[in-house]
Amino acid sequence: MIQSFYTTTDHFTIIPAVMLALFGCAILLFDFLIFPDPRQRKWLLIFVALAEGFTGFALYRQTAWLAANGQAQLQGFQGSVTVDGFGIFFNWIFLIAAMVVALVSYHYLEISGEHHGEYYSLILFAQCGMYFLATGTDLITLFIGLELMALCFYIMVGFLRADKRSNEAAMKYLLLGAFSSGFLVYGFSVMYGIAHSTKLEDIAAAIASRPPSDPVVFLALATTLVGLLFKISAAPFHMWAPDAYEGAPTTVTAYLSVASGAASFAFLLRLFHGPLAPFASAREVWEPMLAVVAILTLTVGNLAAVNQTNIKRLLAYSSISHSGYMLLGLVAGNETGIKGIAVYVMVYTFMNLGAFLVLVALRRQKIIGEDLDDISGLMHKSPGYALLMLIFLLSLAGIPPTAGFLGKYYIFLALIQTGHYTLAVVGTLYVAVAIYYYFKVVRSMFVGEETEKAPLATSFGLRVALAVTGVMTLAIGIYPEPFLKLAQTSLLR
Amino acid sequence: MDQHLLSIVLLTPLAGLLVLLFIPSKSKDLIRIWANLAAFAGFLVSLPLVSRFQVGLRGFQFEERANWIPSLGAHYHIGMDGISLLLVMLTTVMGFIAILCSWSAVQDRTKEYYAMFLLLQTGMIGVFVSLDFFLFYIFWELVLVPMYFIIGVWGGPRKLYAAIKFFLYTLAGSVLMLLGILTLYFQHFHQFGTYTFEISELMKTTMPLGLQQWVFWAFFLGFAIKVPMFPFHTWLPDAHVEAPTAGSVILAAVLLKMGTYGFLRFSLPLLPKASMDQTIVQILAVLSIIGIIYGALVCMMQKDWKKLIAYSSVSHLGFCTLGIFSMNPNGIAGSVLQQINHGISTGMLFMVIGVVYERRHTREISEYGGLAHVMPKFAVIFAIAMLSSAGLPLLNGFVGEFTILLGAFEANRIWAAFAVTGVILGAAYLLWLYQRTMLGQVTNGKNLLIPDMSFREVAMFVPLIAWAIWIGVYPKPYFDILRQPVAEIVERVRPGYYSGGVQNAAIPRPVARAGVAR
Repeated sequence: MIQSFYTTTDHFTIIPAVMLALFGCAILLFDFLIFPDPRQRKWLLIFVALAEGFTGFALYRQTAWLAANGQAQLQGFQGSVTVDGFGIFFNWIFLIAAMVVALVSYHYLEISGEHHGEYYSLILFAQCGMYFLATGTDLITLFIGLELMALCFYIMVGFLRADKRSNEAAMKYLLLGAFSSGFLVYGFSVMYGIAHSTKLEDIAAAIASRPPSDPVVFLALATTLVGLLFKISAAPFHMWAPDAYEGAPTTVTAYLSVASGAASFAFLLRLFHGPLAPFASAREVWEPMLAVVAILTLTVGNLAAVNQTNIKRLLAYSSISHSGYMLLGLVAGNETGIKGIAVYVMVYTFMNLGAFLVLVALRRQKIIGEDLDDISGLMHKSPGYALLMLIFLLSLAGIPPTAGFLGKYYIFLALIQTGHYTLAVVGTLYVAVAIYYYFKVVRSMFVGEETEKAPLATSFGLRVALAVTGVMTLAIGIYPEPFLKLAQTSLLR
Repeated sequence: MDQHLLSIVLLTPLAGLLVLLFIPSKSKDLIRIWANLAAFAGFLVSLPLVSRFQVGLRGFQFEERANWIPSLGAHYHIGMDGISLLLVMLTTVMGFIAILCSWSAVQDRTKEYYAMFLLLQTGMIGVFVSLDFFLFYIFWELVLVPMYFIIGVWGGPRKLYAAIKFFLYTLAGSVLMLLGILTLYFQHFHQFGTYTFEISELMKTTMPLGLQQWVFWAFFLGFAIKVPMFPFHTWLPDAHVEAPTAGSVILAAVLLKMGTYGFLRFSLPLLPKASMDQTIVQILAVLSIIGIIYGALVCMMQKDWKKLIAYSSVSHLGFCTLGIFSMNPNGIAGSVLQQINHGISTGMLFMVIGVVYERRHTREISEYGGLAHVMPKFAVIFAIAMLSSAGLPLLNGFVGEFTILLGAFEANRIWAAFAVTGVILGAAYLLWLYQRTMLGQVTNGKNLLIPDMSFREVAMFVPLIAWAIWIGVYPKPYFDILRQPVAEIVERVRPGYYSGGVQNAAIPRPVARAGVAR
């Protein structure tokens, strides 16, 4: 009997998520049993590493299965979950982000005095939610994935219980997040009304059979889009991002900006591009809307970042502008554009994580270390960190030969291929604006004088994580071929 | 060894940089010695390029080609023709001299300083030898970062403003140029079905005039800001005034030539129709002439010695662009030669300022006067540098400007008439500068006790003065080297120009394998 509900294929399609959930629970259970002393809790990282190891292995087996059977996708649970190149690619990104964040968190949380075992299980549960966002092909699956991820983040953003800013950030993020989920679910309900099914495939067919100007389709499209744009922090639904980024523990900010952003883009692409995407047939309606949103996002993100003195806030606005660039890839909508989003997400993972990791090192006992003044004179104090930060910032700005250039390269090429010349020009000009505020940080590091002498808070995990992100940021920029091939696999679905 | 000669030239500074990173920052003398050695080695390895370069050969020499990013169609493809040869030699010579002239001027953060210069050196050579647009773009952007730091960390009082202005201006231009490159790249794919950034492949693309014009303007923004052409020149005086001496030397001598080189290597051959379009040519010639005259007039008004020389660069580079857009062999050959000349003479002038600035720490012209009495050696060197920049016959500036004016005359007499005033004004502001600073009685007591130039300082100028005199007295080898590449460009832009039987007087008829630097 159970076989018909939960077949081997079903199991195979969700093993990575199962692993993550199991290890997440295991951490909750064993935290107090094995490590009563908070100072030992860093050994919980072993659980995280095991979880990611098994998840990675499962992802590898899924890839191998798809390759061996020559299929583009494998569906489980009657089509609710679809394993394909796209999902696997994004899951690798989540895996890297989660692992890097977990590696650097223990020291940061110890300094903040909030080192609890739950933190690691929340990272894993959030990643589990992201798994379903990238592989789900059913509205219910997608929504559960989204909420699982979001709930974990609500808690993690407010993880510094004693810090007012952290609480405020969590509250804002929760309220606005719930609000946007409301929009999203409303859109889902309209879609269900159209198709009488929650499967993306059926909805896509039902919407394609209606004219694109159909008001019901438009209602579904508009409400869904509002919910999604909120998640990727696109203007005018970006207001939560700067506050949440600033207030959250820096490690969580890193995870939020990279993994949550990537997962939301995977979600967006599932709904808007590809054979199963419900709104793929209504492109003529949403393309101009998204073009406007993308330009608005670029404008808001870049111009607001110019005057920031808090680096976390500055990076928050820069994240908003990066969302704008990725949206431009969807506006272009050809193969280059979609591949461009994948490349962009990949390079963004490394460079943005890296930039936040340097900020993590700036957080010391009694020093919050988030302002431009705190990073002042870093070149004298720790030249290695300053140079790494320079590489990350150059990459974020898109200056070759760093990885960030490739992301922008694909987006601009896609815009030119599809004839969106104006968008391309606006997009490129904002690169020059971006360099201005990124170089405010660089200026502070290299030209400014040291303001305080306290050494950086480094740890073994942080050094490893920085080495990985730094090397990858340069490697992808200088020899991108293998990474571009990898991004190519994300087009398989 | 032989087939990788160009790569060796390109990577020697980078190798020097890698070793430099392992020298502890405390041992400043070791750092200085090593950086100078590395730069000198960079110059030495570039010498075989001259002796092995075959004059009069079609196409590129010392070519190297390897796949780099197959999925984008980007290659590691480098090679050089006569134009690149001259500019690469200029780069290796000026790079070494710039590093040499920072010996005593830079006392703090020496390691980072020399590291930036060596990185810059590789970037600049890379720009001049890339035959793949993607590779070119990487080197083009790579140059920005070290120059930002050279101005921003070791510069004058308003260094941060100048540095970011330099960065933003040039970056804005180059990202728009990137769009032009991508358009061309996509058009090529459209016609041939393969993605490639090879210049030789992209040259096969045929585009309608309208699209060519758009791409041309995109390229124009990238290159014109770098040159800089009027009205994009405003970053230059700021950058020059605030940069340390060696930074100004490299900026004027080599960095600005990246823009003119871009026009010659990319705009003209890749977009021949747009380049010959009358409106575009007129606009560019007029902008060049405005640059020549406006730059010279502004020089007259300067109170700051360094700013004066900075504006004179605007004027002199106006000649270079005018020569390019005369679209005839004289104009283009003269333009390339003038680029070299400007590198030598303006490089010397900035070093001259560096010499007095190290002694007096001011650049106000009114602070000086009668220096010739105190510093006789200095007076002679400054005089030669000044006269070479002003275009005195028998010195290098004359040859370049004269050839450009011939070209401009052939293209349009009115252009030549206006451009000539630039030569007169040039002589005027330079001689007046010399008079105010060097001649007369010593008016300021502080100037009485300053020492004359040391042996090292004189030694820096000697090779440049020798080079200036060589070009001035016997420019033939240079024109020989330039004839073939210039002919290729002219033939590409104006098919049938040579068969049309237009004779030119200034360039001697072919002499096979004229000796260069033997």
